[in-house]
Amino acid sequence: MAVSTVPALPATARPATPPAPPHRRTSPTATVLLLLGAAYCLLPVLWVLIASSKSASELFSTFTFTPSTHLFDNIGYLTEYRDGLYWRWMANTVVYAGVGAAASTLVSAMAGFALARYTFRGKSLIFNLVLAGVLVPGVILAVPQYLLLAKVGMTNTYWAVLLPSMISPYGIYLARIFAAATVPTEVLEAARIDGAGDWRTFARVALPMMRGGLVTVFLFQFVAIWNNYMLPFIMLGDDRLFPVTVGLSGLLNQGATQPAMYTAVVTGAMLSVVPLVALFLALQRYWRVDISAGAVKA
Amino acid sequence: MSDLRRRTKAPYLFLAPALILFAAFLAAPIGYAAYLSLRRIKVSGLGLGLGSRTEVWAGLGNYTRSLTDPEFLPSVLRVGGYGLVVVPTMLGLALLMALLLDAGRTRVGTFARTAIFLPYAVPAVIASLLWGFLYLPRVSPIVDVLQGIGITPPDALSSSWVLYAVANIAVWGGTGFNMIVLYTALRAIPTDLFEAARIDGASDIQIALRIKIPIIAPSLVMTFLFSMIATLQVFAEPMTLRPLSNTISTTWTPLMKVYRDAFVRNDIYAAAATSVIIAAATFVVSYGFLKLVGSRAFSQEN
Repeated sequence: MAVSTVPALPATARPATPPAPPHRRTSPTATVLLLLGAAYCLLPVLWVLIASSKSASELFSTFTFTPSTHLFDNIGYLTEYRDGLYWRWMANTVVYAGVGAAASTLVSAMAGFALARYTFRGKSLIFNLVLAGVLVPGVILAVPQYLLLAKVGMTNTYWAVLLPSMISPYGIYLARIFAAATVPTEVLEAARIDGAGDWRTFARVALPMMRGGLVTVFLFQFVAIWNNYMLPFIMLGDDRLFPVTVGLSGLLNQGATQPAMYTAVVTGAMLSVVPLVALFLALQRYWRVDISAGAVKA
Repeated sequence: MSDLRRRTKAPYLFLAPALILFAAFLAAPIGYAAYLSLRRIKVSGLGLGLGSRTEVWAGLGNYTRSLTDPEFLPSVLRVGGYGLVVVPTMLGLALLMALLLDAGRTRVGTFARTAIFLPYAVPAVIASLLWGFLYLPRVSPIVDVLQGIGITPPDALSSSWVLYAVANIAVWGGTGFNMIVLYTALRAIPTDLFEAARIDGASDIQIALRIKIPIIAPSLVMTFLFSMIATLQVFAEPMTLRPLSNTISTTWTPLMKVYRDAFVRNDIYAAAATSVIIAAATFVVSYGFLKLVGSRAFSQEN
């Protein structure tokens, strides 16, 4: 789901994990409900970890949560499949989501800085365009984007996915908030008096100050690209350019005629989910999001 | 707020990459879709040979064709029903979990928060793959358990259940993120706002309903808005489930119909008209919703 919100700046009223105060009893109901929620959310992830160890025949015959011993066979089969096509999909995914999100973050930071710290003709028009852009459902753009890129012969290339992923009105909106909140005008004036040009001031002074917020912009855009199925699905015909999502859904289609493919799909899903889950848990503190925009006033 | 007020080209240079990309990949596609939606192919003669197929103005023909397509209205109603299931369930669960975490009356808070947030790391396609397998009667643990106690469960991917099967994937994927958003808003409430109520003997539930929920209403409005926009665009989940189920048609959602018209039928004009209709509907729904709740969605101060 492409849901996006306004991340809060680090200042919060209370610590993130409240210790249960000694004078308040713990509630069994709360514990049970939270554990039920956790079980529901962990169920498919737990399943894929176990299922990726099953052979093709076991997948549909043994009990759902009975592990087996074929994990390395399955990984081996997937690796050999068409000369390591799967790992190419993984590498492509890193390129699309990683490079795309990095480029988008830089573009957003520059635009957000300009909107927050300069006065110029057309500023409010541009800002309103950005706001309107936030509400445009991105997926609807995929078909006309394809037709336009087809006119210049750029479909079925890495650029066809990377370039549309580099613009994020929401990222610009966030970067503007972060710039307004974290880059004091006095510091910019001081840099100017010291003789630094606009670009140098931005790169050496403003960018480091905005760093915390820009990590959040990067993560949002990374997830948005990694989650966007329709864009690469439409743009790419050559399966050597696929990200792992489009590749795996293609393999699932083949499963109807070659049931052995199901094991490959399950193993592939497991291998793609594990690193991302680890990354998310490591970066969890950047996901402190406060949606009510008023809370991030400068 | 004091700005850098010198006359300079700098802000335009900083904005240039964003504006160029915005023009090329947002404004131009929207404009092109609007243009295509008003065009059609005119076939002269037998339609063979160069120049026998030309593009001409079509007026609103594509729109009437799109709106009266027998498959369009069912797909819109389906997505409407889907949204009525997904959005309240997802946000209800997210709010409940956020309030339970915020009340701090449990020792499993950190574990539960991490576990419930985890599905956000799983993209919709992979989530649909995982659930798709778990829906198959030969894999599903739920089927095993129900059969163990003598109940024959319905097939999750049969025509009467498939909507809920897809909705479950969306709820699974979206609850954690919304929970974190609402939880962050809850943690920003100063404690003294409800400590007084607690001393007066108010229960946690009363405090949640009377104090906490009204304070985080702006966050609820925004999560609701973004969830609705995401719901209208549902595409990846049903597309991924299709190979596992014959109950999902090629026009199951409006966006799937756009895809079919553009790439299976090569009718880019109908696809463009349907895209414009979906975009306009999304805009009207989200704008109307913000007007309805009287919320200033985006801060424009500074």
